[in-house]
Amino acid sequence: MHIDGKEVTAGEGMTVLEAAQSAGIFIPTLCYHEKLEPFGGCRICIVEVESRGSTRLVVSCVYPAEENLVVRTRSEKVNKIRKTLLELLLAHAPDSPQLRELALEYGANKDRFEKEASFCIHCGLCVRYCAEVKKKNAVGFVDRGIRKEISFIPEVASKECNNCKECFPLCPTSYLQAAFVLTEALASGGPCGCFTGQTFEKV
Amino acid sequence: MGRLKSPGEVTKFRQEILSKRDSNTPCISVCVGTGCLASGASEVLAAFKTEIAKQGLNAEVDTKGTGCPGFCERGPVVVIYPEEICYLQVTPGDVPEIITRTIKEKKVVDRLLYVDPNSGEKVTHESEIPFYKHQKRNVIGNNIKIDSQSIDDYLAVGGYSALVKALTQMTDEQVLAEVKKSNLRGRGGGGFPAGRKWEGSRKAPEKIKYVLVNADEGDPGAFMDRALLEGNPHSVLEGLVIGAYAVGSHQGYVYVRQEYPLAVKNINLAIQQAEEYGFLGENILGTGFDFTVKVHKGAGAFVCGESTALMTALEGRVGEPRPKYIRSNIRGLWNRPTVLNNVETWANVPLIIDKGADWFTRLGTEGSKGTKIFSLVGKITNTGLVEVPMGITLKDIIYKIGGGIPGGKKFKAVQTGGPSGGCIPGELLDLPVDFDELTKAGSMMGSGGMIVMDEDTCMVDVARYFIHFLTDESCGKCLPCREGLRQMDRILTHITEGKGKEGDIAILEELSETAVEASLCALGKTAPNPFLSTIRYFRDEYEAHIKEKRCPALSCKALISYYIDPDKCQACMICLKKCPVEAIDGGKKKIHIINQEKCTRCGTCIEVCPTRFGAVKKISGEPVPSPIPEEERMIDRKVKKNE
Repeated sequence: MHIDGKEVTAGEGMTVLEAAQSAGIFIPTLCYHEKLEPFGGCRICIVEVESRGSTRLVVSCVYPAEENLVVRTRSEKVNKIRKTLLELLLAHAPDSPQLRELALEYGANKDRFEKEASFCIHCGLCVRYCAEVKKKNAVGFVDRGIRKEISFIPEVASKECNNCKECFPLCPTSYLQAAFVLTEALASGGPCGCFTGQTFEKV
Repeated sequence: MGRLKSPGEVTKFRQEILSKRDSNTPCISVCVGTGCLASGASEVLAAFKTEIAKQGLNAEVDTKGTGCPGFCERGPVVVIYPEEICYLQVTPGDVPEIITRTIKEKKVVDRLLYVDPNSGEKVTHESEIPFYKHQKRNVIGNNIKIDSQSIDDYLAVGGYSALVKALTQMTDEQVLAEVKKSNLRGRGGGGFPAGRKWEGSRKAPEKIKYVLVNADEGDPGAFMDRALLEGNPHSVLEGLVIGAYAVGSHQGYVYVRQEYPLAVKNINLAIQQAEEYGFLGENILGTGFDFTVKVHKGAGAFVCGESTALMTALEGRVGEPRPKYIRSNIRGLWNRPTVLNNVETWANVPLIIDKGADWFTRLGTEGSKGTKIFSLVGKITNTGLVEVPMGITLKDIIYKIGGGIPGGKKFKAVQTGGPSGGCIPGELLDLPVDFDELTKAGSMMGSGGMIVMDEDTCMVDVARYFIHFLTDESCGKCLPCREGLRQMDRILTHITEGKGKEGDIAILEELSETAVEASLCALGKTAPNPFLSTIRYFRDEYEAHIKEKRCPALSCKALISYYIDPDKCQACMICLKKCPVEAIDGGKKKIHIINQEKCTRCGTCIEVCPTRFGAVKKISGEPVPSPIPEEERMIDRKVKKNE
């Protein structure tokens, strides 16, 4: 297959993102982690692919690499979508270094949308890392859609998290959220119905 | 009753059922579908049973609680066979008269008949009512003829004969070929050809395959699948078994939303009966084909109607969609080949097998064959379910079948395809209804919701309503849907509140493009449709809201004011007394004035102001005229008369 004009040989079962990475071609990601199952949530790794005569946009972290595929990791459309996606995220986490760096690259305006500082960008790295790699499920998602948030399960977190904290550096919003929610969960004290979904204003 | 072990035994058993039934025996069918139940159908049915017993007619009259025939607007619906006399809005009080007059004396109770609003003529027979006359009720037609909880009733109308034919006279390839030839397209939204979907699964190397019924109907205002599953669950089940045979599957699931208790009950009952009779289970009808079905109740997430989310939920995980670059018919439930079709699609299958693909393709357009059931709701005279041939025009559905817009109002738009469908304006009413034409017009077939809107509907507010619904139902997994819709909802809300800004439309367009191009599943990809179709056809309404702070439909509360015309007000005190917030000042012979600060724009004053006065007005986009001077407020009736 060809990625940005470069011929790339992908291994069996590789995704387009993995093929690109193996050839040293950079595609931005926020919810991807090499140890985790592809998630396809943040959509930042969107690319343009051309196969069998048609061009379309696909998400490279989940799209399987295939023979004769032509991939463009940047195009006017890809850039525009990434810019809008970043602006949507910056409304939640305007100070995340990772987001600011990408914003610079794509000309994203952090003040485009009304702010709703909740820091979490729902990449699910912490949740999935804890479940898939550590197999502890100490942190999970609660609720759905725009009300969805991450939450540590106090009964598990109080036992497992102090000696682990491996999820902290994974968080693209400088683990503010992870650290805070953990503290909150631990501070509210053990398996006694403390899982009440408190919000930031409390502290 | 034991299992039927061969086609011959089915035929014999069917004859046995029919021989016990005399087609001349009067049968009173009462719709006990959800709509009619809500208007008291179970009391009506009970009253019939009591009255029949009381008059000693038990041996001479049958009664049936049936599924929904569609005319929900006039429920409870009662049809009396063999004459097919149709009574509407029947109450338990009408029952003795019906028994005496119609059953005993063979006369019609005039006052319960349908009255044609145009000609004033009364219509006796069900099929002659204009609402039904222009329909083609191939799929839903049996609903009123059978007790939805009786497999014997289904057998009596020829049920399971398609299954017998498929299993004993056709090979699995032939069944597949017939369905492919019929070009049956998925009735759940996407319109993907069912035969091709089946073929993909059939050819997939994995041995274990699944067939699924999608009964997670969640569109606001849509109840086609509900009516089918409640009213004729065996037809869906029969289609499923035939599909399983063609695909080579031995396990099926019905994913039904738990908010449909009657549908859950009836499909469970149907499965139990079909197992008892040998239409499900091991060695079906002695053919060696095994197939079992389980029911899974959905937990109330709209997104679970999306195929991959439904399968994820069925696997016992959080119902979130997953990437579909490999189709579910190849890698679906538990990563195995899975055919998922909607309730109505499955219910079409027995008809295709029984009557043949050639029969099926006689109805419809080039690309869309057969019939489609729509739930016709909103500002329409005849609310209900309608089954029409593909290709019928929107105008015929709305005016000939639906009876037009009530209250002498003007038609404005029809929203098709559920929340992520689009609004089609009046100039496109001659559009033939099929999968491709609706998509071209910026809407979609969806599962068949059809919401009619009149001149009082604000199209910006409609877009806001549906985007809000979808924001609420977004699973939150992918960013363009979760965050993009949240911002769209916010901007649209601002516009309807008069806080719209220059540039809002451009941002909405950009967010729409992002959601369409980059969302993970069909929910996100189609979610901007309510905005995209209304901006396409009703851009002027958006601009009026943003630039002039005016709602042309006089609907957005923040942009309208109520005003009493001092020249028309007769100081009758009605609005003054009815105003819930005491915002109206006035008195006997003293012209009333609305205190704009106190007014909550509930509209009570305009509703109660006698039409012969018509003094209350709604205004938008212009300042409220200043109240008349205090000294001019007293009405001298004599002077007024002399003028």
